[in-house]
Amino acid sequence: MKIINDKIVQHVTHLARIELDASSTKAFTRQLERILEYIKKLQEVDIEGIEPTSHPLKLSNVTRDDIPSASLTQEESLSNAPDSQNGFFKVPKIIESK
Amino acid sequence: MELYSLGIKELGNKLKKGEITSADICKSLLERIERINPKINAYVNLDLGFLQKKAKESNVSSYNNFLAGIPLAIKDNICVKGELTTCASRILSGFRPPYDATVIQKIKKSNAIPFGKVNMDEFAFGSSTETSCYGPVCNPWDLSRIPGGSSGGSAAAVASDIAVAALGSDTGGSIRQPAALTGVVGMKPTYGRISRYGLLAFASSLDQIGPIAKTVEDCALLLSVISGYDTKDSTSVNTGIPDFQSTLSNPIKGMKIGIPKEYFKKIGIEKDVYERIEESIRLFSNLGAEIIDVSLPHTEYAISTYYIIASSEASSNLARYDGVQYGLRLKDASTTMEMYKKTRNMGFGNEAKRRIILGTYALSSGYYDAYYLRAMKVRTKMLRDFEEVFKICDCLLTPTSPTVAFKMGEKLEDPLSMYLSDVFTIPVNLAGLPAISIPCGFSKAKGTELPIGLQLIGNYFKENLILQIAYNFEQKAQVYKIKPEGL
Amino acid sequence: MHTNENGKHEAVIGLEVHVQLLTKTKIFCSCKNEFGHLPNTLSCPVCLGLPGSLPVFNKEVLKLVIKIALALNCEISNLMKFDRKNYFYPDLPKNYQISQYDLPVAKNGFLEIASEGKAKNIRIRRVHLEEDAGKLVHDDNRTGDSFVDFNRTGTPLAEIVSEPDIFSPEQAYDFLKGLKNTLLYIDVSDCNMEEGSLRCDANVSVRKIGEKKLGTKVEVKNMNSFKAVKSALEYEIKRQIDILNAGNAIAQETRLWDADKQKTFGMRSKEETEDYRYFPEPDLVPFNISSLYINDIQKTLPELPSQKTERFITKYGLDKKTTDFIISDKYMADFFEQCVALCGDSKKVANWISGSIAMEMNSRNVDFLMLTIRPEQIADLINLVDSQTISATTAKKVFSEMLETKELPSLIVDSKKLGQVSGEAELSAIIDNVLNRNEKSITDYLAGKQQAFSFLIGQVMKETSGKANPQVVSKILMQKIKNKKAGKNE
Repeated sequence: MKIINDKIVQHVTHLARIELDASSTKAFTRQLERILEYIKKLQEVDIEGIEPTSHPLKLSNVTRDDIPSASLTQEESLSNAPDSQNGFFKVPKIIESK
Repeated sequence: MELYSLGIKELGNKLKKGEITSADICKSLLERIERINPKINAYVNLDLGFLQKKAKESNVSSYNNFLAGIPLAIKDNICVKGELTTCASRILSGFRPPYDATVIQKIKKSNAIPFGKVNMDEFAFGSSTETSCYGPVCNPWDLSRIPGGSSGGSAAAVASDIAVAALGSDTGGSIRQPAALTGVVGMKPTYGRISRYGLLAFASSLDQIGPIAKTVEDCALLLSVISGYDTKDSTSVNTGIPDFQSTLSNPIKGMKIGIPKEYFKKIGIEKDVYERIEESIRLFSNLGAEIIDVSLPHTEYAISTYYIIASSEASSNLARYDGVQYGLRLKDASTTMEMYKKTRNMGFGNEAKRRIILGTYALSSGYYDAYYLRAMKVRTKMLRDFEEVFKICDCLLTPTSPTVAFKMGEKLEDPLSMYLSDVFTIPVNLAGLPAISIPCGFSKAKGTELPIGLQLIGNYFKENLILQIAYNFEQKAQVYKIKPEGL
Repeated sequence: MHTNENGKHEAVIGLEVHVQLLTKTKIFCSCKNEFGHLPNTLSCPVCLGLPGSLPVFNKEVLKLVIKIALALNCEISNLMKFDRKNYFYPDLPKNYQISQYDLPVAKNGFLEIASEGKAKNIRIRRVHLEEDAGKLVHDDNRTGDSFVDFNRTGTPLAEIVSEPDIFSPEQAYDFLKGLKNTLLYIDVSDCNMEEGSLRCDANVSVRKIGEKKLGTKVEVKNMNSFKAVKSALEYEIKRQIDILNAGNAIAQETRLWDADKQKTFGMRSKEETEDYRYFPEPDLVPFNISSLYINDIQKTLPELPSQKTERFITKYGLDKKTTDFIISDKYMADFFEQCVALCGDSKKVANWISGSIAMEMNSRNVDFLMLTIRPEQIADLINLVDSQTISATTAKKVFSEMLETKELPSLIVDSKKLGQVSGEAELSAIIDNVLNRNEKSITDYLAGKQQAFSFLIGQVMKETSGKANPQVVSKILMQKIKNKKAGKNE
C-alpha cells in the first residue's frame, strides 16, 4: 500500500489551503513518496519509554507581568493591508462557519 | 587596501582613530555592490538611492563599541521597520513590518547600520539559495555554482566583499553550510542565545539568528552585540553575555576535541573535503589539543527527524500567509476560501509547498503518532547522544558539508538529495547546540578552487570556547586571507 | 429529565462555556484587554500575528484560571503546556489558535447546582486556557464581503467543559446561572453573555430511556443569552425526538440557533470534521504549577456560594430555600448582609428580598443589580414598619416609590404624609363614626359573621386613606363593639 497518493495529497492541500493543479499534485506526490520512504527509517528506532522533546532547552515558567503597553495605531496595523475599509481589514465572502 | 575588503575589527579601529567615517565605508561598499551584485545577486530589493541616503545620514559621532558605524547586511527574513522584508517569497511582496526585530534594535542601539537585505532560499527552505523569488545567488568562487543556503546571499556578500558582515539564520545548517561553501565564517549560537523576535519563523524549535563574517574575531564581535535575553521571546535564555572576544587568543593546549565516527564515513564525503578535514585534525593536534574518537549513534536518523519536525512546525508557521493582512492577495476572489487557496498557490514556490504539504501530513489525524510524535522522541535520543560525548569533550570537529559547492540546478529537481547535503549540520539544530564553520582549505577537483569548511560543535552556551578553538586554528591556518578572484 | 409526551426519550446535554478573563492585558501580549475601541487600534505585532512575532504568557491569567479551577473543585495539573490548534479563518490572524490540548490547567471537577428543588453535581471535565479570535462583521446586503477587527484577538479565555450530566434545558439554565454566579463571586470575569464575555455552546443528544449508549451528538451554537440556551435546547430536543419517532437517524452536525425564528438550522456548507493537527506550541515553554502556588491562591479566594450558603443558614437562621435564592446572586447576598448589619433583623430583610424585591425583578425581567437599591433604604423601611410609623400595606407603596425616586423611605413618608395614624383618640373618633353608620355590620358580627369585622376595619381604613394602624383599629373596634354589646345588654 502506498504511503501517499494523489487523494491524500488533495486532502492535505485542502487542510493547508493550497490549490495545486493536477500536474503539480502528481509531481509532488511522487517527490513526497520518495521523501516518506526515506523517513521510514525512523520506525527502526526503539522509542519505548522515551519522552518527546519539543524544546531543546529545559526552560519553564516564562511569564510577563500584567502591565499594559502601547498598541500599534490603526494606521500602522492596516499599513500592509491588501484591502481595507473604515479601519477594518476587508476580505471576500466567507461561506463556511467555524 | 580598499575599505570594502576589510572586516569589522579593522574598520572599527580606523573609525575610532578618526581615519575614516562610516559614510566612507558605505560609499566603498556601494560602489562595489553596484559592480558585483548583478553577477551574484546577493542583495535583493536593492535601492541604491535609499542606501546612499542612509550612508550620508549615518553621522555616528561616538565609537564606544566596536560595531558603531559598521554597515551590516541583513538576511531578508529579519524584520527591519519600514523596510521590505519578504523572505524571498512572492507571498510577502510589498511587506514592510511596522516593527524592528530585537537583533535589529540591538544593532541600531550600538550605532551599527542595517544596510540592505540579502537573498535567501524562500522562507529559508533550502541548501542552495536557488528557490528565491528573486532568482538564485551565485557562488563568488564559481558563478556557475550555488553558494549554499538558505543564507546564501549573506555568505556570498561577505565572501565577495560587498558586505562587511551579515546576519543570517540557521535552522538545519543555513548559516554554516553557505559559510563553508563560500569560504567565510558562520556561526549558529546555542538555541535561546539570540532573540527570535522579528525573525520570520521557519521551525520555531530549531531557528536561530547568527553572524556571518570574514574572520572569527568579527564573528565574536557581532555575536556580542546581537546576543542577549529578550522578554519578548519566551524561548530566549536569561544567561549573561560572556565576553566572546577577550578569550579568543587563549591557547587551546589540552583541550579535548571529539571526532564523531558517524561523520567520517568515507562514502558520501568528497575526497578533497575528507583530506582537508584530516589535515585540520592534525593541525589541532599540533596546537596541543587532544583528539578523541567518539560516537553519536543516532546520527543516521537526523535527517528524517529533522524534516518531520521542521516541516511540521513550518506548515503551521506559514499558515498566516493568506492574503488577509499583508503580502500577496489574489485579486477578485469571490470567497475567502478561493482567496486562501489561490493566493497560497501563487505566492509559495515549489519547495515551500512541498514542506507545507509534508508538515501538514505529518501532523494530521492518523499520522501524528507515527511521524511527529515519533520524531520528537528520536530527537530526545539524539540529545542524549550529545550529552554523553560532552562529558568527555570540549568540542566536536566535523566537516560542515559533505561536498563543495555543487552546480546550479544539480539537485533542484531531487529534493531528497538536497536534504542529504545537510547531514552534518542538522543534528546540531535538533540538539540546540552552538556550532561554527570556519574555512579550512580548498578543493581543486572540479576545475576551480572551491572552499571547504570545518565545523566545531560546542556544548550549550559554550560559544566562547568554540570561538577560541576556531580562532587558534584560523590564525595558524591563515586560509581566511584567500579571497575569490575575477569578480 | 426531559421527555416527550410518550415519555420514551430522554435528553443528554453537555455544555462548553468560554469566559473572558478580567486581566489588564491580553494573554500573550501587553495590549490592553478592553473592548469598545475603534477597530484595529488595540493590537500589536503579537496579537496581529505579524511575521516574526512571538507570544509571552501573562502570569495574571494563570492566577485567574486557577481560581476558577479551585472554585469548580478540579484537580489542578502540576504541569501545564500550550498547543497549537490549526485551522483557517479570517478572524484568526495566525490561522492557528494557541490553546491547550492534552495537558490542560485542570480537570475532573464539579459544580453543585439547585435543580428542581434538589442539589445536583454537574461534573466538570476540564478547564483550559486559549486566546480569543477577532471580530467579523458581515456585509450581507451588498457584496457579501466581511470586515475584520483584530482588537479582540488575544483576549484571555478560560474554556469550561461539562460532562454530559445535564438532562434538561432547565438544568442547563440552572447550570449556567450557577456557573456565572460562582465566577462572579471569585471576580474572574464579567460573565456577560450579551456583551460576549461569556459564550456557550451546547452538545445535545437524545436516547430511549434506559438506553446506556449516548445518541448522536448535535452541536448547537449562536445562543446569546441563558434563556436562548434554554429555548434552543427545548427546540433541538423536540426536533431530535421527532426524527427518531419517524424512524430516521439524526445527522451529526453543527446547528445554529436563530433567535428570530426560534429554530435551529444546519449550517450552509457541508462540514467535514476538522482536523486541528494539535501539536505542542514551540514558542511557549511548559509551566510547573506548584502546590505552594495553588495554596497561596486558595487563600485569596473569597467565600464561595456553597460556603456562604452554610454560613447564612447557621448565622442568620434562614431556611435553605430562601438562602439558595439570596445566594444565587452575589450582589444580592452582599446586599443582604449589608442590610442586616444596619437593621439587625435577618428574617425581615430576607422577607423583603424574597418578596417585593424578587417580584420586582421578575416583573421587570432584570437582575438584582439593575434595581439599584441601597441597603439603607431597606433598613429604613424595616424600621418604619417596626416602629409602626407606617403599616405593612403602606410599606409596599413606599417600596415602589423608593425604587423610582431613589430616596430614603423616611423622606417619602414625610413628604407624602404617609405616616400611619396610631393615635387612639383620633382613631376612636373615626371608629365611632364608622360604627354609627354601620349598625347592621355590628349586628352581623355579633351574630357570628366574621367578615363583618373585616368590613368594618376596611371602612376605617377607607376613612383614613389606608393610614390607620390596623392593629390599633382592631383593638379599639373590638373594645367598642364589646362596649356596645354590653350597653345593649344592660
